[in-house]
Amino acid sequence: MAIWLTADSKIIVQGMTGGEGTKHTRRMLASGARVVGGVNARKAGTVHEGLPVFGTVAEAISSTGADVSVVFVPPAFTKDAVKEAIDAEIPLCVVITEGVPVHDTTEFWAYAVAKGNKTRVIGPNCPGIASPGASNAGIIPADITTPGRIGLVSKSGTLTYQLMYELRDIGFSTAVGIGGDPVIGTTHIDALQAFQDDPGTDAIVMIGEIGGDAEERAAAYIEQHVTKPVVAYVAGFTAPEGKTMGHAGAIVSGSAGTAQAKKEALEKVGVRVGKTPSETARLMREVMQSL
Amino acid sequence: MDLFEHQAKELFAEYGIPVPRGIVAHTVEEARAAAEQLTGKVVVKAQVKTGGRGKAGGVKVADDAEDAYQKATQILGMDIKGHTVHKVLIEEASQIAEEYYFSFLLDRANRTFLAICSASGGMDIEEVAHTAPEKVAKVPVSSLDGIDRATAREIAQAGGLPPQSLDGAAELIEKLWAVFVDEDASLVEVNPMILSADGQVKALDGKVTLDDNANFRQPEHVAYVDKAAEDPLEAKAKEKHLNYVKLDGTVGIIGNGAGLVMSTLDVVAYAGEAYSGQPKPANFLDIGGGASAEVMANGLEIILSDPSVRSVFVNVFGGITACDAVANGIVSAFQLLEGRGEAVTRPLVVRLDGNNAALGRQILADAGLPGVELVDTMDDAAQRAAELAAVGA
Repeated sequence: MAIWLTADSKIIVQGMTGGEGTKHTRRMLASGARVVGGVNARKAGTVHEGLPVFGTVAEAISSTGADVSVVFVPPAFTKDAVKEAIDAEIPLCVVITEGVPVHDTTEFWAYAVAKGNKTRVIGPNCPGIASPGASNAGIIPADITTPGRIGLVSKSGTLTYQLMYELRDIGFSTAVGIGGDPVIGTTHIDALQAFQDDPGTDAIVMIGEIGGDAEERAAAYIEQHVTKPVVAYVAGFTAPEGKTMGHAGAIVSGSAGTAQAKKEALEKVGVRVGKTPSETARLMREVMQSL
Repeated sequence: MDLFEHQAKELFAEYGIPVPRGIVAHTVEEARAAAEQLTGKVVVKAQVKTGGRGKAGGVKVADDAEDAYQKATQILGMDIKGHTVHKVLIEEASQIAEEYYFSFLLDRANRTFLAICSASGGMDIEEVAHTAPEKVAKVPVSSLDGIDRATAREIAQAGGLPPQSLDGAAELIEKLWAVFVDEDASLVEVNPMILSADGQVKALDGKVTLDDNANFRQPEHVAYVDKAAEDPLEAKAKEKHLNYVKLDGTVGIIGNGAGLVMSTLDVVAYAGEAYSGQPKPANFLDIGGGASAEVMANGLEIILSDPSVRSVFVNVFGGITACDAVANGIVSAFQLLEGRGEAVTRPLVVRLDGNNAALGRQILADAGLPGVELVDTMDDAAQRAAELAAVGA
């Protein structure tokens, strides 16, 4: 079992014909994901990587039955691409693109809400979602781990891979990279809720980083609603105030958004927080062995 | 990117928002000349990108040009929370009847924009919101709906502004929304927004944060970059499209992925606590998922040009790019640097993990690069890098 993405998921790629789109379409196909087509208005009717290219998301859905879209289009066109996916009511839209202006993200999020939240948006600036052994929508390297019963939700791509790799003998139900931008579609809380409800997930790893208060809100949610064990990691204890650390949302502003505050909020509700990624993996290993 | 007050006000003026007349001065002589030009009483305001200027003595009223010269002498060169004052804004003194607060900002938690308005302006709004939350109106603004004159007036009313200020405030708020949207800002703050003695609503201060992700469609924003305040290594890294932040430690850090690099800084800082001099990270450097030889070489070059660096920790997780490719990148980087006459002289601790890690380590071992040590885990590698950077090591 998994959340949001299963072996039956049919994936289309918006921006498939571009460099990143091409490269990762190949990788997704190689990992066994059911990629069924791409979208590019200027190349509609052509075939790319052996897959049909459609003019619109709506056409791609009606021809292929696709229920997941992965977006690789450049930042200047991301807002329109996501709004198109929302208009077509695709259930899941995974936005990989980095560098999307926050006004655009805020707009397409408001648009998704106004259209009744029929489309779950993940990202932007995220590695996507992978359900090992079942499917892979995005750029997460599928071959570094195995199917299993740990759920993972993370703001960071490489830390996701690190944990997936360290716990590869135990394996994962689904790993979701929600992205490091200040405004994102799917949050830690959304993933925690889905993992709590997923019979295929026994325990959850949550990875956070400096900036905003998403981890604090996740802690409050865990206290109220999550009965499965949660192990967490927070990056950025040594980040200086007022500096953006790689991710657009990773910034300590005054006394707000510090790693220390996030760690304390999580520990207060009984979440074990690792001091390093490897220690976090060890804590999760202990949890899985004790179940 | 944060703007200086004078830049924010220049931007406001372009959008027709009333601001006091002002002139920027970099020297005391310029300050005197500016005050002479403005005539009468002026305010000398330190231009620094931090709050609490008033309390720190960075804002002073001057009676005439000579007094402005004296006040500028006190303010120029001052240190305010680690920011040196390199310029002052000389501004005509305003006759203030009332002070209000107004801002548009990004509400990360609710994924929307927020208008904040209060009749209690001129002070720390977070403090007001804490002690008297009923005095602060927080109104969500959808980017689909935006702000028109009528909504702007409602917000001013919700903030408790008196009837005589509502029309002026509504006009100002509507224009601030245009600044916020058209300039891709994530913050536009006016504190105080004033009602002047002659009944005009004006922006007496201005704080603007622009979204760097929007630079591709805001080409004129490049003019706001404060070159003087930029760290030279950060500027050099930016030219090479590297994501680099200078820190004050001695362990150079290179990694792939923002989260992993942030984590590497933390792990190195913990490890450093055990060693003499308590070595800390010297920088943040994310070379991204690809990590090609050229990017690796550029990254190493930046880090090695930092004289405070005593050891370097290369922490790469091979995900999309397998470790053998990364290892080959490191080997080529050494050759590239040697070719540029910048042989690597400080010790390098390399941790490769993930796809094809064994193959990657083999490639590095076979290459026999001088000063390069391979350590299997991130925690142990951080330990070794800290040890090598320890005082007396």
